[in-house]
Amino acid sequence: MNAPEIHAILKAKFGDAVGALSEEKVDAFIMVKSDAIVDLCRFARDDGDLAFDYCEDITGIDWPARNCIEVVYHLYSLQHRHAVVLKVETDRARPSVPTVEGVWKAANWLEREVFDMLGVDFVGHSDMRRILLPDDWEGNPLRKDYQEAGGYHGVDNTRVNPLERLTKKVEEVRKAMAAAAPPPPSPAAAVPTQASSAAAPTAAAPMAPPTTAPVTPAATTEKKE
Amino acid sequence: MGFQFGAVLVFAVVAILFALVALLIGAIVRPRFPDADKVSIYECGERPIGSAWYNFNPRFYLIALVFIIFEVDIALTFPVVVVYSEWTKQGNGWVALTELVLFTVILIIGLVWAWAHGDLEWVKKLSVVEGNPGRIPLPSREASLPGKPAESARIEPAMAEGATDRPPKG
Amino acid sequence: MSITRIVHSGPGPGVLLTNTSMVDDLINLARKNSIHYLLFGLACCGIELMQTGGPRADLDRFAAVFRASPRQADLMIVAGTLTYKMAERTRLLYDQMAEPKYVLSMGSCANGGGLFQFSYSVVKGVDKIIPVDVYVPGCPPRPEALTEGLMRIQDIIMSERWWQEKRRPQTGAK
Repeated sequence: MNAPEIHAILKAKFGDAVGALSEEKVDAFIMVKSDAIVDLCRFARDDGDLAFDYCEDITGIDWPARNCIEVVYHLYSLQHRHAVVLKVETDRARPSVPTVEGVWKAANWLEREVFDMLGVDFVGHSDMRRILLPDDWEGNPLRKDYQEAGGYHGVDNTRVNPLERLTKKVEEVRKAMAAAAPPPPSPAAAVPTQASSAAAPTAAAPMAPPTTAPVTPAATTEKKE
Repeated sequence: MGFQFGAVLVFAVVAILFALVALLIGAIVRPRFPDADKVSIYECGERPIGSAWYNFNPRFYLIALVFIIFEVDIALTFPVVVVYSEWTKQGNGWVALTELVLFTVILIIGLVWAWAHGDLEWVKKLSVVEGNPGRIPLPSREASLPGKPAESARIEPAMAEGATDRPPKG
Repeated sequence: MSITRIVHSGPGPGVLLTNTSMVDDLINLARKNSIHYLLFGLACCGIELMQTGGPRADLDRFAAVFRASPRQADLMIVAGTLTYKMAERTRLLYDQMAEPKYVLSMGSCANGGGLFQFSYSVVKGVDKIIPVDVYVPGCPPRPEALTEGLMRIQDIIMSERWWQEKRRPQTGAK
């Protein structure tokens, strides 16, 4: 059964609550009013011709220009092997949609994800809390106006360019070595090593451990307090 | 005869010392910096919630009890077996046999009582949950079997009607 | 006996070994040839870590076997992207390892956020949480690269002195 036929069946049953079918494309969607979504989903699951017994995905889209958040339902029928996409619009300031958890158990986690990422409250959900982000995270990242809080639990979210950091550290170590007593003359084999290792930090990958000084002091300065 | 066990004693002492000396060297050489987080209970990185001690299921105790009783039965049967031939020579073979059988029968009566009482069941009281958890209608098995008279069109689901594989309540 | 020598075990700058006595050498030899690493594969680098432990590029020939528990591990190979949610667990697991412990940061994500550094949920490098001894670059690093990282850890182990100074517990960034 293709999208226009499914749309016709739903329109015949629910009338005004079912909007128009989108333009002809791979995942043509049907707009549904939010107060009719639960009954519509139950009908879609129980009806013999539709038999949408598999809730593939529930996700959301933030439209700041239209001042709405769309909750998108991807349904699939394992028996008839057809799929449909439903969309429910909800207000962006206080987004709230009735839950379809009673229809498909899979919607439990899928709706928790939409709540986590977009802040949509699903009325009647048995366990409305964050699922991907930590429980005390602030904000809903998939909103277009999301700003990061600058870190979490004391770990900041910036990182100094490692090349700058390494250049600074090489300068510090060079100064320390120049201030300390100069090392005794080493055999010839060591000289090219010193020269190559002095040139290496500036050119090599910044992730190589510094070797121009005894390992322990450099290693301890490497550790962050 | 005592001197033969001298070797066993030395063996045992060396074995114990081997392990102890290895542990001792480790205790001397290794660093020791205990810390509140370090000695906390390991739970794959999560902070543990509640106590690690939980109610132990008494069914283990019951099974072990029955085992011990019959183990003692066997242990007390062995001496009888050893002296049985002497008693038979004295003509008291029947006495020994009767006593042994009586002893075992008393214990078996206890076992039968426990068995009939349901105390040896590992899982008790599997309750049946109402309702049909499955939604996809299953294909009719009667229709697919050739030559079978269709007495009833009732579909036999794989699990008992309404049963789930959740643990029983209570 | 104080020997200052530069050891080359591959291309690149050598490692300076200083002032280790024979007892130190003996202890360190035993320690470096039995590194138990904490199985800490977080993402794709974890798959590569498993393969490095596999038959082709065998970490077991260094007697480095994986342990699932931090109590039994002395090397933590952070293989994969670290998220803020995981960072707290990582910190606790590092704290639960017994000294002497080392950390190897494997792959770009553990080194500095990597491919996902602009994400809201990714920690920009595991050294914001715990102190790192060796960084192995790559996405993911080839097994040979990770093996070299392990050998650098072995060099660090060989340069430690036991009777004068034991490896102190290190505090990393929280």
